[in-house]
Amino acid sequence: MSLEDLYKEVILDHYRSPRNKGRLDPHDVRLERNNPLCGDEIELFLRFDGDDLEAIAFEGKGCSISQASASMMTEKVAGLPAKQARAIAESIKAMMAGEEDGDPDVLGDLVSLKGVVKYPVRIKCALLGWNTLLEGLEEAGRA
Amino acid sequence: MQLSEQPGGRRAAPGPGGFDPEVVRKDFPVFEHPVHEDKRLVYLDSAATAQKPRAVIERVVRFYETENANAHRGIYELGERATKAYEDARETCARFVNAATPRSIVFTRGTTESINLVRYAWGRANVHEGDEILVTEMEHHSNLVPWQMLCGETGATLRHLPIDERGLLRTDLLDGLVTERTRLVCVSHMSNVLGTINPVREVADAAHAVGALVLVDAAQSAPHLGVDVAALDCDFLAFSAHKLCGPTGAGVLYGRESVLEDMPPFHGGGEMIREVWSDRATYNEIPYRFEAGTMNIAQVVGMAAAIDYITALGLDAIRAHERELTAYALDAVASTGAEIYGPPTAEQRGGVVAFNLPEVHPHDLATIVDEDGVCIRAGHHCAQPLMRRLGVPATARASMYLYNTRDDVDALVASLEQAKGWFS
Ligand SMILES: Cc1ncc(COP(=O)(O)O)c(C=O)c1O
Repeated sequence: MSLEDLYKEVILDHYRSPRNKGRLDPHDVRLERNNPLCGDEIELFLRFDGDDLEAIAFEGKGCSISQASASMMTEKVAGLPAKQARAIAESIKAMMAGEEDGDPDVLGDLVSLKGVVKYPVRIKCALLGWNTLLEGLEEAGRA
Repeated sequence: MQLSEQPGGRRAAPGPGGFDPEVVRKDFPVFEHPVHEDKRLVYLDSAATAQKPRAVIERVVRFYETENANAHRGIYELGERATKAYEDARETCARFVNAATPRSIVFTRGTTESINLVRYAWGRANVHEGDEILVTEMEHHSNLVPWQMLCGETGATLRHLPIDERGLLRTDLLDGLVTERTRLVCVSHMSNVLGTINPVREVADAAHAVGALVLVDAAQSAPHLGVDVAALDCDFLAFSAHKLCGPTGAGVLYGRESVLEDMPPFHGGGEMIREVWSDRATYNEIPYRFEAGTMNIAQVVGMAAAIDYITALGLDAIRAHERELTAYALDAVASTGAEIYGPPTAEQRGGVVAFNLPEVHPHDLATIVDEDGVCIRAGHHCAQPLMRRLGVPATARASMYLYNTRDDVDALVASLEQAKGWFS
């Protein structure tokens, strides 16, 4: 995928109209994380219903890859069992590390984030939301 | 030394007045190699590190091929050659900064290590609880964090000299901020973000009036403006070889001779001693007292070759070229609708243009322009407090040097327009 396609077909839609953006109240977990190098910031809210991640929302600012990836993440994992959300996050991380190809059956559209792998310095932007989610699941004891 | 005398080196450009960046470019092998397969390299990140001319690369190779031995150790002829190359480099550096004696030139790994040397060796002996250290609001982390650490250890207080809306130092506030308690004033000669050229002499005069010392971060000014420690009247001055076309791993701490004489050592080890017993040691004279262990000899020799290279072209000619190019870049970048940080005119700044395009985050911008072979920096530029002062999380930054041309600026602007297009 060319950089232009990555931006135009994957990133910019979510960057311009992020899904699940805003505070989530009430919530069970709230986490703030940033990328010290880039200054990308994310604030993640999680609400559980039993073992399900019933709702998720985020606030943040930073580069389009960090914010779009977070938006895509919330769209994908909202409503899923926490275990499954975790598996997806792990799978995205493995894909970004170049360890896995990214299974479309597990990841769906998120496979397109693989386009970022070609830009090594941007990988941590793409993973900011996902790492924060993993920490949040851990903190909630749902991982 | 004339460049033409360098074995294998080629004369770079006509003498003063005839400075031609297109000719200078040919001295830098990196520009012979395209990026992204077929793109012309548009290198606009010299504030981070400069490219290396053939004269420097070949000097380092020649050292390893014909002079390599440890300096100040070998009795044999090869060792003498290494020592001579190393000590000649010290004299070159002394002339470069207009130091009265090479004894004032301490070799280090670079600006950061030079500043930390002052923090440990001078700071621990001279800064105490209740004392104050003054830094400016535009310092690089390397001229800020060491002083935070020293203050934390000693109970001294760190104070800050603000900047105004145009990114100029509020020297009108010096009177209130420099007091009887001030021990050291730390100021960068030229900001790596705003490009601001600071009135160091005015700051030094204010500091000396109360008996405080002055440390100048010349990481950006040594390569682009040249420095004169006598005219600046500073007590310490630090710079890095790699930003002035020299190798990484070498740099200089200039220290006023009388101040260095009174300073205890920094690192302990070989070469910094006079006599060692099993439980104690006496220390070597300056500057060797501060050069423990085997130094980066080849890199120091390469640094001298870099200084010879830029001084042969002429710092005045380099500065005149950069001023002209910066004026051009300020207009060109502004024409894209970008917000530009720092002083409005090229007279007040070096060849650094920090900016943001509305709607496009600087990291996205740096990735997008890289596709066209354009190298710019994006981020906080190791100056987070300054970013907060500017009210932005990050900026893009294009920085220029002797090998940059209007073509480079035009390539940047074309790329910025494209990025805008994607995001619009
Ligand atoms: C103004 C300024 N000070 C200090 C430094 C640190 O230099 P070095 O990393 O070579 O030690 C830099 C380089 O980034 C700089 O621009």
